[in-house]
Amino acid sequence: MAEIKENAFLGPLNKNNPVAVQVLGICSALAVTAELKPALIMGLSVTIIVALSNVVISLIRKTIPTSVRIIVQLVVVAALVTVVSEVLKAFVYDVSVQLSVYIGLIITNCILMGRLEAFAMQNKPWESFLDGLGNGCGYAMVLIIVAIFRELLGSGSLMGYRVIPESWYVDNGGCYMNNGMMMMPSMALILVACVIWVHRSFNKDLQDK
Amino acid sequence: MEHAITLLFRSIFVDNMIFAYFLGMCSYLAVSKNVKTSFMLGIAVTFVLIITLPINYLLDAYVLKAGAIAEGVDLSYLSFILFIAVIAAIVQVVEMFVEKFSPSLYASLGIFLPLIAVNCAIMGCALFMQQRTGMAETDPKSLNNIVDVIFYALGSGIGWMLSIVGLAAIREKMEYNQVPQALRGLGITFITVGLMAMAFLCFSGLKI
Repeated sequence: MAEIKENAFLGPLNKNNPVAVQVLGICSALAVTAELKPALIMGLSVTIIVALSNVVISLIRKTIPTSVRIIVQLVVVAALVTVVSEVLKAFVYDVSVQLSVYIGLIITNCILMGRLEAFAMQNKPWESFLDGLGNGCGYAMVLIIVAIFRELLGSGSLMGYRVIPESWYVDNGGCYMNNGMMMMPSMALILVACVIWVHRSFNKDLQDK
Repeated sequence: MEHAITLLFRSIFVDNMIFAYFLGMCSYLAVSKNVKTSFMLGIAVTFVLIITLPINYLLDAYVLKAGAIAEGVDLSYLSFILFIAVIAAIVQVVEMFVEKFSPSLYASLGIFLPLIAVNCAIMGCALFMQQRTGMAETDPKSLNNIVDVIFYALGSGIGWMLSIVGLAAIREKMEYNQVPQALRGLGITFITVGLMAMAFLCFSGLKI
């Protein structure tokens, strides 16, 4: 029993990472990572929603008829996402504008459906909560890694604070220039590929034959 | 009409669902192993988009918008739940319909049909539609009436299909290539999609 609990939380952080291994929730992982702040908030929102929806579904798992389970799951998730989206609008309005439709798209984020189907429908609430927390954190981790590289190389700052001094830039007589390519959507894909590459080099058993 | 045609081409090439917004990525990566099934999935997605988007548009315009149903009533916070319910319900209906009238198509689409309900491209399209209806009429991205919405749905669907068939074709060829061990499978697919997205960036200068 203790092992299940540990695996439920720690597994998704490494060997069973939702983005790098299970290939879930790629859409938003790529779209919100141009800067660190939206990526952090997105990671946090997804973690909260996955953990809570896992608990709710796990509590009512015995009463849901299998034929309508997808709709029940979607409604639970949609309700939670609505709450989170209203909270974001109230407290961090600028970030919620930046994230635009991607907050609403958490509903169709495959991490949620995948974890609800694969884990919460068979397990007790506490384990499901840990599983949701672990998967959310694993997802947030990849988001943050990609966002750090994109923001640092693309605009020379982190969380909006300047890291690379102004005087280094070509305009001010230096020899440094931002890599504009990093702000393009296509670079996010290539950075995720690099994350997967490094991850699989360390975990040989995950490699494709 | 001219505006609608512009929207169609814009949504295929410039605002491509995959390369510009990364929507529908999960099934895009999972299903693109061979050209035939990915073509089928592309058709199914386009079909569901063309049906659900106009319905969601009407729902948004006549029920959800501030002051649409009665003076001073703003139901827009319900839009997530209602949109996803419409999409899930329509997908279910389409599934039953296809099963009844074309068992061969049903067999070849298999599990993809129910999965479309959670394809982010469909939900994403509905949310973009909600954003775009609020834009100024002269904006090339704005959706002013139901004809625009249908053309936008068609364009987004075709754009999605185009990119999944393209990726599937590349992956079929790549089977025989020597790829570094750790990059095989998922890694190299991501890099391929990244390069395709860069290629599609060229279209963003298109004046239509």
